[in-house]
Amino acid sequence: MSNHNGPTLDGSIAVQLNEHYSLDVNGETREVQDAWIGESLLYVLRERLGLMGSKGACEQGECGSCSVMVGGELVCSCLVMAASAIGQPIVSIEGVAPVGSPSDVQQAFVTAGAVQCGFCTPGLIMATHNLLERSPEPTETEIREELSGNVCRCTGYGRIIDAVQQVAVARRSAVAS
Amino acid sequence: MTIIDARPIAPPTGGRLGDSISRPDGTAKVQGSFAFSSDLNAENCLWGATLRSPHPSARIVSIDVGPAYRISGVEAIITAADVPGKATYGLISQDQPVFASDVVRYVGEPIAAVAADHPETCRRAIAAIIVTYEVLEPLTDPELAIDGSFPPIHPDGNLIRHQRIVSGDPTATGAVVVEGLYEIGMQDQAFLGLEAALALPDPGGAGIELYVATQWLHEDQKQIAACLGLEYDKVRLTLGGVGGAFGAREDISLQVHTCLLALRTGRPVRISYSREESFLGHVHRHPAKIWMRHHATAEGRIVRIDARFVFDGGAYASTSSAVLINGITHTQGPYKCANATVDGYAVRTNNLPCGAMRGFGVVQACFAHEGQMDRLAVACGIDPVEIRLLNAIETGDAFITGQVLRNVAPVERCIRETAALPLPDEPVGGHDGDVMRLPGGAGRTADVSHIRRGIGFAVSVKNLMYSEGFDDYSTARCRLAGGVATLKFATAEVGQGFVTIAGQIARSVLGVDDVKLDSIDTGVGSAGSTSASRQTWMSGGAVNAACMKVRGLMFDHVAATHGIDVDGLVVQGNEIVDTAGTLRISVIQATADAEFDETVQYHHKPTEDLDENGQGNCHTAFAFVAHRAVVDVDPELGLVKVIQVATAQDVGRALNPLSVLGQIEGGIAQGLGLAVMEEIIMTDGRVRNPSFTDYLLPTFLDMPNVVTSLIEEPDPFAPLGAKGVGEPPTVSSTPAIVAAIRDAIGKPLDRVPVRPTDIIF
Repeated sequence: MSNHNGPTLDGSIAVQLNEHYSLDVNGETREVQDAWIGESLLYVLRERLGLMGSKGACEQGECGSCSVMVGGELVCSCLVMAASAIGQPIVSIEGVAPVGSPSDVQQAFVTAGAVQCGFCTPGLIMATHNLLERSPEPTETEIREELSGNVCRCTGYGRIIDAVQQVAVARRSAVAS
Repeated sequence: MTIIDARPIAPPTGGRLGDSISRPDGTAKVQGSFAFSSDLNAENCLWGATLRSPHPSARIVSIDVGPAYRISGVEAIITAADVPGKATYGLISQDQPVFASDVVRYVGEPIAAVAADHPETCRRAIAAIIVTYEVLEPLTDPELAIDGSFPPIHPDGNLIRHQRIVSGDPTATGAVVVEGLYEIGMQDQAFLGLEAALALPDPGGAGIELYVATQWLHEDQKQIAACLGLEYDKVRLTLGGVGGAFGAREDISLQVHTCLLALRTGRPVRISYSREESFLGHVHRHPAKIWMRHHATAEGRIVRIDARFVFDGGAYASTSSAVLINGITHTQGPYKCANATVDGYAVRTNNLPCGAMRGFGVVQACFAHEGQMDRLAVACGIDPVEIRLLNAIETGDAFITGQVLRNVAPVERCIRETAALPLPDEPVGGHDGDVMRLPGGAGRTADVSHIRRGIGFAVSVKNLMYSEGFDDYSTARCRLAGGVATLKFATAEVGQGFVTIAGQIARSVLGVDDVKLDSIDTGVGSAGSTSASRQTWMSGGAVNAACMKVRGLMFDHVAATHGIDVDGLVVQGNEIVDTAGTLRISVIQATADAEFDETVQYHHKPTEDLDENGQGNCHTAFAFVAHRAVVDVDPELGLVKVIQVATAQDVGRALNPLSVLGQIEGGIAQGLGLAVMEEIIMTDGRVRNPSFTDYLLPTFLDMPNVVTSLIEEPDPFAPLGAKGVGEPPTVSSTPAIVAAIRDAIGKPLDRVPVRPTDIIF
């Protein structure tokens, strides 16, 4: 299969890399240059802004690995067009805590054994922070229901539930004292 | 009995063997800074993508890549004609083309690959390639592959392997006879981290560097080098962060394609599969049909088993022949049986290729033998637990292959401890009548008064390591200097936690706190595959042996320096202590001006091929486990909620109890998936549900609490006393859950996954 380098087709089939816009990501204004209008927020965070912490595992909003906050709502970034997030504050896993200083949720996941391969973990951390902000003392059933949009294939979920409960207990004792 | 409710105890000195320490990569993983294979990029990098067959069987008449080449941003298009070396690859036989050239044999078979500037450009280029097919009738019925009535769909024929086992007296009979035909659907590993690789070409195309999520770097290296027509040492592999594996990364998927595109363009190339492509692009758990007939005494002792296994291997051989052997050699399960006749077939069809998945043939066998044990219990009028205790295999018993069981075999203890674990105290629907605790959950469909509860039991044996004469050794290097140990191995860390226990081993043996882990790559000898529950035993054995050798050199050095006898030296905590004298010196001090560096291969004892009657010491070692499941069933809508799974597992020795617990709970989740929801549905060779919308995975709401008891009886054959723990939880959790559903509704349910229609009608 050689010698197929014919003339380039017109713009109707070539991908137009000509969008310029800025996004508010983790408290900073980030410029996006020469983008295709069809890029998802997940793609732009990862490939254009170098924020590789959000993971893509299903591209259908079924697994929650790409979870980020947009305008205060937990969303699957694979289902959000990046250009539609202009003007809204976006928080990704990189915005949760500085590198090397994990949040209480992040630390609890590590010590409770809630991490194996870790691919689902950033999305679960986002979902857990969101859950505990809305419901500081969730029941086990509530934890299961609230996090059921995040699929984990390694752990069987038991240690994750344990981690979430540990954080809830620790936050309550911190408030009490 | 230890019921594990693991709250890790912070170890005082960095984590020795037996401590539940945290993963060394845990903080990076929770912060999103751990680099998975799909996160890797390079300057001037191109994206790659693969054109795949839409037909299960067709002749390729022509391929026209011209229109694709004319799309701006497309840098290369390659087909079978561009493969410079061996045109095929494969783990056991090299029967799978890098790209199909004359015929396609399954939906999803690669035909061409494209490199371009943007994933969307790749997608459009793939769509623009014009392939003309002459569509052929697909072979989708495994029986037609066995009886020879369908023309060969591959030069190697339609039968991948047939193996018989004939043991004892094939005419022995018992007073009680039960039989069943069991069917297991095709399960997907469904790891979350999709296939991904980054290839960096050497200048002039003299070699290549590949970062890839795989289970076995050196096997990949061998197969890739052959296809590229390069020497091994020109193909260097580094493990890209692996987002789960479960068997699906043992075979080649995108490795050769990525390298070829990089060599063709002279630029870095990365490929990341989509979820749909992942369903098509890796091997799956074999769908199987298993017939079994058990003869037993009136009291319930097994006299004889006859069985016939048919494993559908799909279009290419992969590890089908080994899966077959694993299946048929586990026909009897963890029970005594002297007489057996077993016929096993692994066949080629135009269905998706199948190969390794957690449990590797034993999952299928166990679903059948545990169904039989329950039938036997009913026929003999005894309890499902009693029938299993009555037949439990023991150390010193022979399997139907003639192989004598030498390992620790606490089968009876597994059964008794599982049966003694507390049952859930919640009534149907939970204490507060929460509908989320009912089958159907948020659907609010269940009427509590109609829900039926059932309890089921299952027990299994699983072989550990590779079989049939294969020397799946592992290699480890240990360097010790200034109180710091550095370990290097090619063991694929796929999430299971080998990196955690490697450090624990080094700290325990050497008395150091500071252990560094070198890059996991082909710069050291093979570790074998992260599969067959083998890395704790094999790579743990290699790391242990390398550390022991270094410790010996350190003792020699201390003895020479201080003029004392080396034989009295031991490691205590972080010190070297002379038990015959007074010397007590820290390891840091003792190695301040010294460096020791040793590389060791660890081999398990040799195994044998099976003869024509299926006799031979084919397996390396065995582990055992029991499961008890409690389910609530809505018989009107056919919905199941698993309420609890209890398990007592033979782990030998728990090197990191929290990690062991993670393997147990995670393995049970995959067993639950096979029991009640997971199946790749194929119609006429076409996949109907290649997405997470349609292929159902257990979520937080589907997984029950697991009650676990670890049975720690160190195995004298295991280098650290520890048995592999990854697969057993997946093996018998499935039949335990199905037995519980049978118990609830009284239907035979001989097929997994159990579908709502199986319950209703």
